[in-house]
Amino acid sequence: MERETSRDTTHLGALIPGSRCIVSKVRCDGCLGQRLGDLGLVPGEEVTVVRNAPLRDPIEIKVSGFLVSLRRCEASLVEVEAQ
Amino acid sequence: MNGRILAALAGQPNCGKSTVFNMLTGARQHVANFPGVTVEKKSGLFKLGIRTCELVDLPGAYSVSSYSPEERVTRDFLLFDHPQVVVNVIDASNLRRHLCLTVELLELEVNVVVHCNMMDVAARRGQELDLDLLAHRLGVPVSKGVGRKGQGRDDLVAVMTAAMDRPPKDEPFRVDYGRLEPHIRAVEDVLAEGGELGAPRRWLAVRLLEGDEGARQFVAEVFFEPARLADVVAARQAAFREEAGETAAAFAALVRRRLARTLAQAVIVKVAGPERTRTDVIDDFVCHKFLGPLVLVGVLFVLYQVSIVWGYKLTNYTWPLLAWLKNFVAGFLPPAGMLEDPMLRSLGLWFMDSINALLNYIPIFFLLFFCVAFLEDSGYMPRMAFILDRLFRSYGLHGQSTLPMVLAGVYLGGCCVPGVMACKAIPDDKSRLATILIIPLMNCLAKVPLYVLLVGAFFPGHASTAMFFISTVTLFMALPIARLLSGTLLVGLDSAPFIMEMPPYHMPTLRNLLTRAVEKVALFIQKIVTVVAAVAVIVFVLLQFPGISREHMAAYEARLEAARQALDATVAGTRFQAVLAGEGLLQFLRYEEAYKTARSGVEDAETAKAVDSRFREENADCFALLKPRGDAAAKAALAGVRAFAQTRDAITLEMRKERLETSFLGILGRALEPVTQFAGFNWRVNAGLLSAFAAKESAVATLGAIYKLEAGSGDNTSLEASMRRGEADFTPLHALALMLFMALYPPCMATSMMIKVQTGQAKWMVLAILYPMLLGIVVASAVFTGGRLLGLDGETAMWGFYAIAVAATVVAGVVPHRDRGPLAVATEACPVGQNT
Repeated sequence: MERETSRDTTHLGALIPGSRCIVSKVRCDGCLGQRLGDLGLVPGEEVTVVRNAPLRDPIEIKVSGFLVSLRRCEASLVEVEAQ
Repeated sequence: MNGRILAALAGQPNCGKSTVFNMLTGARQHVANFPGVTVEKKSGLFKLGIRTCELVDLPGAYSVSSYSPEERVTRDFLLFDHPQVVVNVIDASNLRRHLCLTVELLELEVNVVVHCNMMDVAARRGQELDLDLLAHRLGVPVSKGVGRKGQGRDDLVAVMTAAMDRPPKDEPFRVDYGRLEPHIRAVEDVLAEGGELGAPRRWLAVRLLEGDEGARQFVAEVFFEPARLADVVAARQAAFREEAGETAAAFAALVRRRLARTLAQAVIVKVAGPERTRTDVIDDFVCHKFLGPLVLVGVLFVLYQVSIVWGYKLTNYTWPLLAWLKNFVAGFLPPAGMLEDPMLRSLGLWFMDSINALLNYIPIFFLLFFCVAFLEDSGYMPRMAFILDRLFRSYGLHGQSTLPMVLAGVYLGGCCVPGVMACKAIPDDKSRLATILIIPLMNCLAKVPLYVLLVGAFFPGHASTAMFFISTVTLFMALPIARLLSGTLLVGLDSAPFIMEMPPYHMPTLRNLLTRAVEKVALFIQKIVTVVAAVAVIVFVLLQFPGISREHMAAYEARLEAARQALDATVAGTRFQAVLAGEGLLQFLRYEEAYKTARSGVEDAETAKAVDSRFREENADCFALLKPRGDAAAKAALAGVRAFAQTRDAITLEMRKERLETSFLGILGRALEPVTQFAGFNWRVNAGLLSAFAAKESAVATLGAIYKLEAGSGDNTSLEASMRRGEADFTPLHALALMLFMALYPPCMATSMMIKVQTGQAKWMVLAILYPMLLGIVVASAVFTGGRLLGLDGETAMWGFYAIAVAATVVAGVVPHRDRGPLAVATEACPVGQNT
């Protein structure tokens, strides 16, 4: 289990629309990690949560000026530092 | 060198690659599949200076790893087909992401030229790019343009020509992997013992350290000591993980992405402020909590209206063309006989009817594909998935499953063929198959005539509610079935994560839309029509053979002869005796048929007169008989001929019934009676349902042929009435069971073929045919037998079933999934607790 979880570290799936954060770690590799990276979810990158889908899931985020949508369960693998 | 140059077009999804491809090659395109996968391979020819260049459009891939079929296809093509130049198309407004692929392509040491597309979007976003600097940093030529407007073609062609003649660089592009470098060198040293491997050694070493499956397979084939190599790689991976605290894969990917980011930062000389783009503004409405679903319903309604409703109207105009085609072909066939057509004629006509039944859908398909291309190109598709994903995921489907289901007829009227074709857009194997398998349960246009017939005949007082029932209950059957399938048969399939780019909105160009629509219609004709033609012949044989016994045939002929004698007695002594003598009668009947065909659809008096005079010229006697006017003798003769023709038609119909009853299909229908009796189907219904497999419209046609006879020929009552009369003991409960069976009917031939094309495997086609059959008979039997035991009438059983289906849907949506899709992939990689 991750131990180094501090207070202002959370994961992308837990943020509400409008929040901004910086990616600190992507907790998976393989296909999923690759995909997340392909779409710009790389440590150090700034991410804005734009909105939730009408049924609250998936979420839409903005990474380096572009929009990406992902399911909440996948977003929860992206550790971020809220700003 | 034969003068033909092979070039490839590579780029990430949404970089506008296809517009660049169209810009370069124009209309000369060829679409096929890459070997072994269902990924489309598009190629086209164009002139590059004095040489001819074959350009292959590689599928959009984010990287050159081996996680998705698109990526594998791209990598294999670059490694094994040795294109002389690779055009890397990048989105100028999103350099940071698109340069990642560029870096990977350069590592493959292929001859890359970079083409910055969508310069207009970048300009609109207030970005200014220093492309000379980009060319310098990458060490490859860079061109720019706006694909959608056809700008930049000359620039790109010039750059490609120059690249072709450029000698290979002695110093290939190198990514500095920092801490990973010693390990890369160690693996490279082992690889060096294998000599020339057919792929850059450094690239192989990095990919092996990253644990790339494709690279591992590659070296297993070309390297002489794969086991030792694997040991070295494993040891180096472990060592790196020890010293760096992360996997080599994550580290290497991060290095490349950082490099792309640094490059992008250097090249963008003027950065735009964080202002709101057009796309942001549109999304505020289109993805809004309340407005979004409304917009979605509106879009789907327009799609349905344009393609299905208008397309159906359009077929009124195209149908005469097909009828003309049939008549044209009929002209070459042996002429019709008195009682029986020659075998060649009936086969030819049957064949044309079967083909026409499919070709008739082409206007609908064209509009449908056009609209779908519009949704795809405009960027709306991912939004649709975004809005509905949560709902569909509960049933093992995907947000992208919406469109295929709508196309196939989620309410009433659609077609499963484009539905199955649209499933291609679903990025996840498991959801895609689940969607493909439930597509046949939707209400396609061809199921509607049977519904209309049964509702009209057995639910006359509640026609609209019964129609509502059957149009909506299919969805409530399909969703639980999808859930069931994804939890059982499809459980082992890969499930891809739902991570999707929401591309900026674009106004699609008319040319692209037309090209795509034409391409897909062509694919349909190519793949489907040939197979259906072959199957039509088989069904013909099943329907025609073994045929009528000789004794029965003799009896029919005797009856015809009696009628003939009655006619001869009527015309005896008149001038028409000679006209109708011997073969004359048959000639006259054909003449009358030809006249009717010529006059059908003629509205204005002028043309009608022209037709008349043409026929008068051709045969004055026949014309006098056909149009007796004041001639009493002619009138009497015509009445005699009509009476004869009526008898002949009655005999023909009787023969048709007998032929059907004794045909292989009829025998099969009877053989199935012991099973289908629980569903309330007798052999007639069975035969009708069996003939529906070629095309569902046939069910009504076959039933029509059977019941018309029992209602008495020459009688113009509707099919509803004759069916009620023909099946005296048929109750609304029978009709309900039959409608439900039709709703769950296996896909038609065309759809089955398309399922095979789209899944690439015949086993899914077989499954898609078998499970609805089994399910259909179970549901129909449960409703019929259950309803009868409980003493329910049709109406009560209908709504009872509806309630059960809705309840099943709710339960299936609430029951949690056993495997949670992508997380299963994630958990093996990261030993971290998941939160749901």
